[in-house]
Amino acid sequence: MQELLEYLKQPWPWYVAGPLIGLTVPALLLLGNKSFGISSSLRHICAACVPAKIPFFSYDWKKEAWNLMFVLGILLGGVLTGIFLSNPDPIAISSATRHDLTALGISNFEGLMPMEVFTWENLFTLKGLFFFIIGGFLVGFGTRYAGGCTSGHSIMGISNLQWPSLVATIFFMLGGFTMTHLLLPLIMSLVGF
Amino acid sequence: MNKSFNAENTAGLQEKFDAPNIKQGEENVTGLIKYLIIGTLFGIVFSKAEIISWFRIQEMFRLQSFFMYGVIGSAILVGLISVQLIKRFDIKTLSGEVVSIPEKKFKKGQIIGGFIFGLGWALTGACPGPLFAQIGIGFTVVAVTLISAVLGTWVYGKFADKLPN
Repeated sequence: MQELLEYLKQPWPWYVAGPLIGLTVPALLLLGNKSFGISSSLRHICAACVPAKIPFFSYDWKKEAWNLMFVLGILLGGVLTGIFLSNPDPIAISSATRHDLTALGISNFEGLMPMEVFTWENLFTLKGLFFFIIGGFLVGFGTRYAGGCTSGHSIMGISNLQWPSLVATIFFMLGGFTMTHLLLPLIMSLVGF
Repeated sequence: MNKSFNAENTAGLQEKFDAPNIKQGEENVTGLIKYLIIGTLFGIVFSKAEIISWFRIQEMFRLQSFFMYGVIGSAILVGLISVQLIKRFDIKTLSGEVVSIPEKKFKKGQIIGGFIFGLGWALTGACPGPLFAQIGIGFTVVAVTLISAVLGTWVYGKFADKLPN
């Protein structure tokens, strides 16, 4: 048992994690005719908390409560991993990435996220403004405008052979490449790295 | 005249809604627990595969590791095979309903919105799912990112009619 736990604490390989994520698609379909999609939860939160008579948020969000339970579960999964399965070793990213990020000013590679960025102390700084406020806004605005995120389009949509989902996925990637290679260096120096 | 207007209106609403609940039967609170359980397992996989890591996302967008491509690629492959099997053999849901998946209609948002989301993905190191897992695993400040994402969704909803689509 102890050995199993030790084994599970290591990072899981892609060929285990990927298929397990893929199995979420038939699991949700067969359990209750639900299409896999996560960004919709953000819309349901809007509909539940601040609908403000906007047509886009005027629907029966309670019927979509399953989606909110699902994301609550994801949060709980994070909590359980943090308590029982956390990996004591630094993250094993490729040396090329480590090199590139060091050049951008990152020096702490201890955890899953750079501690120089993702802390409460940074909330009211330029780091917080870019990485939390603007970053979060782009994610929420962009996914809704696109009608889905990595789960709804890239996994569910492409699994169902929907070509608009393939288009969306291509532009997710283009946006990511643009941020990483063109904008991130500027942002990093602007926020004081 | 009036009738066709109504039908159009309903169709418009359906189109606006991306992943509606298709299930016909009612689900009570205990029925919803199963989604909490699936979500929890999903969150553990997310966390242990380090998909929620800002570093891994950087590695992906720098094309310096196959890891994330392996995760997303194999997830799509398993999802694709599952959906095709469900359709081919007309597999029913647990409560005996026909499985029905809403179609995705093309709109300009998939290009513009997709690009905008991509920018945010590389900056935060998270798509919407990992945001929840990052908070759970202990990066509690990501709750601010999540609130900002909800705000972004709200602003989209507010101006949805005025944006090119």
